[in-house]
Amino acid sequence: MTDVFFYIFATAALAGALGVVFSRNTVSGAMCLIGTFLSMASLFVLLEAYFLAVIQVLVYAGAVMVLFLFIIMLLDVKETAAKKASIYTWAASLIGFGILITGVFAISAAVSIKNKAPTMPEASGTSLKAFGYELFTTYLLPMQVTGFLLLIAMIGVIVLSKKVNTE
Amino acid sequence: MDVNPVILKFVYAATVVSVIMGLCSYAVLAERKISSWIQGRVGPNRTSLPLIGGIPLIGKFLTRLGIYQPVPDGLKFLFKEDVVPAHVNKFYFIMAPVIALVPALTTVVVVPFGRFVTEAGEVIPLVLANVNVGLLFLFAISSLGVYGVVLAGWSSNSKYPFLGGIRASAQMISYELAMGVSVLPILIWVNAPGREGTLNLFDIAQAQSGFWFAMWMPVSAIIFLVCLFAETNRLPFDMAESETELVSGFHTEYSSFKFGLFFVGEYAHMVVGSCVFTLLFLGGWNPMPFVTLEALGFGEGILGAILSVGIFSGKMCGMMFFFMWIRWTLPRFRYDQVMKLGWKILLPLSIANLVVYTIFIFYLDTKL
Amino acid sequence: MEVSDFAPVLVQVAFAAGLAGVILTASHLFGQRGSKGIIKNSAYECGIKSEGKTSTRFSVKFYVTAMLFILFDIEVLFLIPWVLVYRDFIANSLPILGPILFFLTVLVVGLVYEIKKGGLDWEK
Repeated sequence: MTDVFFYIFATAALAGALGVVFSRNTVSGAMCLIGTFLSMASLFVLLEAYFLAVIQVLVYAGAVMVLFLFIIMLLDVKETAAKKASIYTWAASLIGFGILITGVFAISAAVSIKNKAPTMPEASGTSLKAFGYELFTTYLLPMQVTGFLLLIAMIGVIVLSKKVNTE
Repeated sequence: MDVNPVILKFVYAATVVSVIMGLCSYAVLAERKISSWIQGRVGPNRTSLPLIGGIPLIGKFLTRLGIYQPVPDGLKFLFKEDVVPAHVNKFYFIMAPVIALVPALTTVVVVPFGRFVTEAGEVIPLVLANVNVGLLFLFAISSLGVYGVVLAGWSSNSKYPFLGGIRASAQMISYELAMGVSVLPILIWVNAPGREGTLNLFDIAQAQSGFWFAMWMPVSAIIFLVCLFAETNRLPFDMAESETELVSGFHTEYSSFKFGLFFVGEYAHMVVGSCVFTLLFLGGWNPMPFVTLEALGFGEGILGAILSVGIFSGKMCGMMFFFMWIRWTLPRFRYDQVMKLGWKILLPLSIANLVVYTIFIFYLDTKL
Repeated sequence: MEVSDFAPVLVQVAFAAGLAGVILTASHLFGQRGSKGIIKNSAYECGIKSEGKTSTRFSVKFYVTAMLFILFDIEVLFLIPWVLVYRDFIANSLPILGPILFFLTVLVVGLVYEIKKGGLDWEK
């Protein structure tokens, strides 16, 4: 049963991602991205990482995308006309596609993943407290550093939005 | 999974949705009646059904109360012209009300509305989805409600809706922060040492058999309440449709049931908001502080379950009344005042409140 | 907690979307048919002829608000794992008060900075 839902949500996530790339209307692109995030969250739920799923919705679908939409509306981006692709675009897409194919083959051929999969430890996300324990013991330093990173980002917001007073 | 449980889930969902829809339509009636009482008017008192309206005394009384009013209100939405102006972005214009309504109705799944004690003494919540990330799930889904507003404003392709949509969404995201921080002290207290980590609204309500959190953490309660008003776009925070400056805000170009869906969505938010406030701060289904249903001897079986649902609904209706009372009491804030209140007063206050309780709970747990 | 606990969420989303669809279709079918006209098809601006571009540019403050919202939202999310284990850590006498007060101080410094620099000012 979970497998069926996995395929449904995986397809939805991929379809949304393709929609982001191909839609001419920027708002449609943003909405497709929200769809992808929600499908990703559903996939997290299927993996029993409930906390991660909820945070995915809260941060990406609920906060980051609001900013995206604001920017799209602030800049008043209109529908872009179809552009003729240059030789570089073709080359880049070809290389990207090649890397994708190689990656898929490499993963599906890798013996170690297939062997290890059943013996993987249970996802630590099932117990909500596990996150807290790890975050405040093993990963305490990275967490505090993240706090400082966010502080720097706040300074960045001011720098970006305020005019520099040269007088 | 069998077929039967799936059908059963659909039946539950249908029941809950129809109860919420019914509540919404009667909340509209209550709003009209309460506004009329506050303003010294009579309110809707004419609509009557052919047969029941004829019953002596009771029929007249029900007509006076306007009990049948929601039916013609709904039908009126249905039969109005469905205007889709030529200048709008059709797809998103039609999608926006749906996007506004779906999160509002989805948040209901994690809201428990009562409890049931089995023979073995096990307490089971009456809730659609009993998940331990409950409160966070609720925040996550309700944060998606912003898109309905933004898209409605943008797709209308008109000045007033656009401004209304942008304003409303900026306000909604601003108050989400203070709201999130204000509930943290409760979560600290509920997650006592040794128990399974929980963000479940049911566990929070069950933890209030003694003090209710509104008494234990009054500052949290006040901040949460103010944010609730802002999140549901109710007066004095209805920046989305401040009719003196923006005509009707983001749904200016909407008509018929497309407008109706926004309307229902707003009231659904209010219903869920009242439920959540009751569960977090007003003790859920505990009849009084320090008095549980079990202590009164009504704990077990169907009777206890019905009583718990009754008490919970009573408190919820009280909260709804409070929402309406405030609407007709306070004037609207100016937009810069709203943003100032959210960012410069409520957010610092909620952080200060969190720090105080952090230290206080540390003191309690180490010294006692 | 199992995956199937989330099934009602899916059902509810499907049901709510279906309901909204049915209502909108019904409203479209049963609604009155009015005449189309230039006035009905122009943007509503209180009866005055619509002027200028329909999508006006808006203040950069909204954009600043959205950016700050993301930053503070992430900070709050870091606090949620903390509230779950706080009393456990105290009971096991592990250090928690110091680290979290430090984290909150950094958060408060950011907030104070924004307020002082006028990043949150709306009047002017």
